[in-house]
Amino acid sequence: MNDLLNLVVDTAIGTVRDVLPIAAIIIGFQLLVIRKPIPNLKNLLVGFFYVLLGLALFLIGLEEALFPIGKLMAQQLTDPAFILGSEIGRMVRWDDYGWIYLFGFAIGFATTIAEPSLLAVAIKAEEVSGGGISINGLRTAVALGVAVGIALGTFRIVSGTPLHYYIITGYVVVIIQTFRAPKMIIALAYDSGGVTTSTVTVPLVTALGLGLASTVPGRSTMLDGFGLIAFASLFPIISVMGYAQLAQWRAERERARRADE
Amino acid sequence: MLNRRLWSILRPLLSSMRDLLPIVLVVGFFQLVVLQQPIPNFGQILMGVVLVVFGLTFFIKGLEMGLFPIGESMAYAFASKGSIFWLLLFAFSLGFGTTVAEPALIAVAKEAAVVAAESGMIENSPVAKASYASGLRYTVALSVGFAILLGVFRIIKGWPIHYLIIGGYIGVVVMTMFAPVEIIGIAYDSGGVTTSTITVPLVTALGVGLASSIRGRNPMVDGFGLIAFASLTPMIFVMAYGMVIS
Repeated sequence: MNDLLNLVVDTAIGTVRDVLPIAAIIIGFQLLVIRKPIPNLKNLLVGFFYVLLGLALFLIGLEEALFPIGKLMAQQLTDPAFILGSEIGRMVRWDDYGWIYLFGFAIGFATTIAEPSLLAVAIKAEEVSGGGISINGLRTAVALGVAVGIALGTFRIVSGTPLHYYIITGYVVVIIQTFRAPKMIIALAYDSGGVTTSTVTVPLVTALGLGLASTVPGRSTMLDGFGLIAFASLFPIISVMGYAQLAQWRAERERARRADE
Repeated sequence: MLNRRLWSILRPLLSSMRDLLPIVLVVGFFQLVVLQQPIPNFGQILMGVVLVVFGLTFFIKGLEMGLFPIGESMAYAFASKGSIFWLLLFAFSLGFGTTVAEPALIAVAKEAAVVAAESGMIENSPVAKASYASGLRYTVALSVGFAILLGVFRIIKGWPIHYLIIGGYIGVVVMTMFAPVEIIGIAYDSGGVTTSTITVPLVTALGVGLASSIRGRNPMVDGFGLIAFASLTPMIFVMAYGMVIS
């Protein structure tokens, strides 16, 4: 019970410390530069309080429930005893790690759907696009991107291929897509690379990466353990532009079909 | 009447539950089917899940009442004031101030110092490690401040985002060839850790607000993209830092 109390106090302090610089900057500029009363101040303060409370509860809940079991699972799944089963002692190959790739895919997808900052951007995007981009459509596209990214990232750690080959190839794909995708999606797609990796995804994915790098023979945690986050920020850009391209292509085909009739 | 009020409380809770459902399913499947082990501390996990659901619900409510409106109202205020200097200073402070104290960044910087000391890039002493870590932290914070500043400037000018981003990518690729190997993984990851859950909504609202209050800008085309800059510049700055140090 004492542990829980400590966690609550720590999280509350941490969240307040997160908000403090933001509040100081906003209040400073509001008083010194803008010099106008803030509209709806009372609502705003209540809103800030909700954000603090919500984030603190969210983090405590994750810390209590999901992180311990998620990290434990990452360890157990990367354990050679689990991977090789009765054949323990022989060399591992990349295709022994099927469950890891699947776990990477599934946990990447699932944590991204629960990521609060992605939800915030998706709400804004739906509002700004007048419903053309739906909250859940965007989130699913991003989550699929993260899922593929993490699965490929775990494969990279297992196979030991250099990180920058993947990243540079990914960049080339992004650049090609940029010139073909609808213009209105581009900035949003770039943004979705950055928002996927925060509160929920990072701790679990880092545990998976470090667990893998420390158990696969020949990998170093220092050199190979990092880099999963980079995958998780690159692939959503591709998948979001892909989603828009697909939507555009279908709309065009529909139009062509109507014109034929 | 009562029914509708109840529903207005229940609906956001239900949608938070739905957001969390995939994680619960994934964890349950791997634990029970793949690893074939019982779920430890079931009661504790259940309580944690309930907290997460309530937390997410409050967060979204607060987002719509607090973070979005303040970001937008400041964007309008700056746009009607017409002072680019103050707006850019605000953008820089927001990026720098929210990043420098970010716990995830502090943790990564500490880790990176250990890596650097073990590989012989810096002296293996607590003082050298601490100064390396704080140097890294300020480098990242500066880069995020610069990113938001550049991103806001782009919205004002209406430059197409992809030239800047592609230019940044080329920068990353070129830097990768010259930067010390030990720093590359950390540099790539540092782009992801900089944008916290509170910064993202605020910065998004700021960008969209600016793009909708400046004539000739489209909030969809021009308003987004600030986060993208904030995840790109740290990679370049951190690799540069690694090159300077070694």
